Amino acid sequence: MYTQIPLTILLLPLIGFFVLIFFGKRLPRQGDWFATAAITASLLLSLYVLITKLTIIPQESVSNSLTWVTIGSLEIEIGIMIDNLAAVMLVVVTLISALVHFFSMGYMKGDVRYSRYFATLGLFSFSMLGIVLTNSLLLMYVFWELVGISSYLLIGHWYEKKSASNAANKAFIVNRIGDFGMFLGIMILFISFATFSFEGIFGAIEGGSLPFGSEGWLTAAGLLIFCGAVGKSAQFPLHVWLPDAMEGPTPVSALIHAATMVAAGVYLVARVFPMLTADALLIIAYIGAITALIAATIAVTQFDIKKVLAYSTISQLGYMIMALGVGAYTAGFMHLVTHAAFKAGLFLGAGSVIFAMHKSLHDLDDHKTDAQDIRNMGGLKSKMPLTYATFLVFTLAISGIPFTSGFLSKDEILAGSLAFSSINGHWLLPVIGFAVAGLTAFYMFRLLLLTFHGKPSDQKRIEGITESPFVMTIPLIVLATISLFVFYSFNPFGAADGWFFAAIERPLSIVPELMQPAGNALFLDVLHDVHGTAMLLSILIAAAGIILAFAVYQWKKISSETLAQKAGVFYKGASNLWYFDEIYDRVFVNGLFMLTKISKWFDENIIDAIVNGTAVVAKGISAISGWIDTNIVDGLVNATATTADRAGGLLSHVQTGKLQTYLVYIVFSFLVLFILFI
Amino acid sequence: MDFAVAQWLAEPGLNHFLIVSALLFSLGLMAVLSKKNVIMVLMGVELILNSANINFIAFSRFTELSLEGHMIGLFVVIIAAAEAAVALAIVLNMYNRFRTIHLEDIFTLKG
Repeated sequence: MYTQIPLTILLLPLIGFFVLIFFGKRLPRQGDWFATAAITASLLLSLYVLITKLTIIPQESVSNSLTWVTIGSLEIEIGIMIDNLAAVMLVVVTLISALVHFFSMGYMKGDVRYSRYFATLGLFSFSMLGIVLTNSLLLMYVFWELVGISSYLLIGHWYEKKSASNAANKAFIVNRIGDFGMFLGIMILFISFATFSFEGIFGAIEGGSLPFGSEGWLTAAGLLIFCGAVGKSAQFPLHVWLPDAMEGPTPVSALIHAATMVAAGVYLVARVFPMLTADALLIIAYIGAITALIAATIAVTQFDIKKVLAYSTISQLGYMIMALGVGAYTAGFMHLVTHAAFKAGLFLGAGSVIFAMHKSLHDLDDHKTDAQDIRNMGGLKSKMPLTYATFLVFTLAISGIPFTSGFLSKDEILAGSLAFSSINGHWLLPVIGFAVAGLTAFYMFRLLLLTFHGKPSDQKRIEGITESPFVMTIPLIVLATISLFVFYSFNPFGAADGWFFAAIERPLSIVPELMQPAGNALFLDVLHDVHGTAMLLSILIAAAGIILAFAVYQWKKISSETLAQKAGVFYKGASNLWYFDEIYDRVFVNGLFMLTKISKWFDENIIDAIVNGTAVVAKGISAISGWIDTNIVDGLVNATATTADRAGGLLSHVQTGKLQTYLVYIVFSFLVLFILFI
Repeated sequence: MDFAVAQWLAEPGLNHFLIVSALLFSLGLMAVLSKKNVIMVLMGVELILNSANINFIAFSRFTELSLEGHMIGLFVVIIAAAEAAVALAIVLNMYNRFRTIHLEDIFTLKG
């Protein structure tokens, strides 16, 4: 009974997808109401599941599975599992998806492939829910790839644009690299334990059996699975696809590249958390920290409203991964949830701004100005009050200002990293964490001030700006509301008191004792000690970032140019995205070209030489046999013919054609015969 | 002149006829082999036929064959007449075809 409702939640978007893809064009309004109704129904059911799960059976996990394939004695099962993690995630995915559906009705109005867009949204929601609900790595991998393909379709929605189709390709291919690692990790586990299900794998490890009997292999398997998360969650070094993916429609960026798909990687790490060894977790924490820092520095230098948000997303994802790595499991997952709400809100707000800018530019018949460049905006506050108000809430949330959801989760993450460093001495992690907190506050307020405050860059343009329709602003209001602290904890300064921390507990590590990360009890103890310090520091740093942003962009006390000059190399590197694309181009693309050149050389000089050598030998043999044929066999034949020819030639002289000559022969012959025989 | 010779000459026998026939044959053969004109060749053929006729008649006169030789002689004459008719027709056609009746100019069957 418990698994039927989740199954319905899972299948509703899929039904929407099939109905829209086949009949979308024939339905009234191209069927957008059908897709939206399906996802809204999913949302309501998910809320029901979450409430039921948390109130009735908070400690159990419900699962149901059936045998899919039987190979000899091996049975591969597929099934679904609901624990608190999945139940929370269900609501996050369906909520954001439903709001994005509503928003898209306004944003995508009149699009050439309107119904296909909604169909693909349905496919994406289905795949994402599949990842959330599955109870085995195999099915997770299947849905993982489904998410990849639907993301590919959505990024490339406007595939007439070369940049959009390139971005779709890039997203898909970069993701494939991570997925390859994930596949290897899954295979290591499958070969060792002959099962894909989480329960089976965790049970086997807990029972003391290790992949190939070695603890190193367990770390390797964990890290390889983490590779999948690196790809999907855009972690360093595979983060390059996410900024490019902004070529897709903005609601898609909100759904996929802010709230859900990129969170899948974090969810995956949370799922396999019990089997990760201390070494693996340390690497995960550092990858997350590096990602957070790199992306935050780049975000400071960008001018495209969506690019800033994209890098900010990468940075926040780095936070989540770092949180999981240091063992702040609940904080990391909570940041996923809160971030999903306020980042989706930021993207939808940006979408609203871009929508208005487009309209204004279109009315002015201006096709040269970039509608997404924040330098072309400014002063939108009075024209778009609702968008501004919600955007402000989201910005406060992401900057980690008290009374917002972002403060709760970010504070816990920073406290977690501080606790981790005071246990293990990795002081770099909290330093990066706090630095990124300051940077985040700075670049988010920079974005807010440049877009909504200050003088408009062009008075005429600003007059054409109008607030977006209700179908677009209501999702913003909903998201802004749930970016407040009360939805997570009634204590605005302590997330740990809320229902969230009660529901989501860090699972016990099941790896052999020597490889375990610091125990939860010890961790929580230290966490408690450092929590106050972390909170104070995080508020101070965020405030510093905000004040700096105001000083530079509102009060103009400090010129942004001099600031950029002072930063020198750092500014240059960050504004050039730390040259990742160039490095990949040099190393992998050119490397591949080099490899193909070497292969070509090998082909031309070794393989072809062998082939040619064979040919030369064959040619030689055939030349000999040809010589025998022409000179000996043909010679005999020709000799016969020539002899006959010569003889005929000689005798043909006798045949003169003159009658009297013949008669002479007759007479002469007669005479000869006469003389001989008589 | 010797008597025997005179007697041989005075009293014609088989040999005389054979000698005449041989001379006639030789003349005919000569004509057939050496004349350019087809008509002349045909004449040579007639001479050869007639030399054969003389032989038949002579053998019929001087041996026990009685009249058989005469009969064949008559046959030969008749056949010669037919042959002449056919041959002259051929000569006419030949002239039509080659615009000449000189045998040495006709060598279409040269090998």
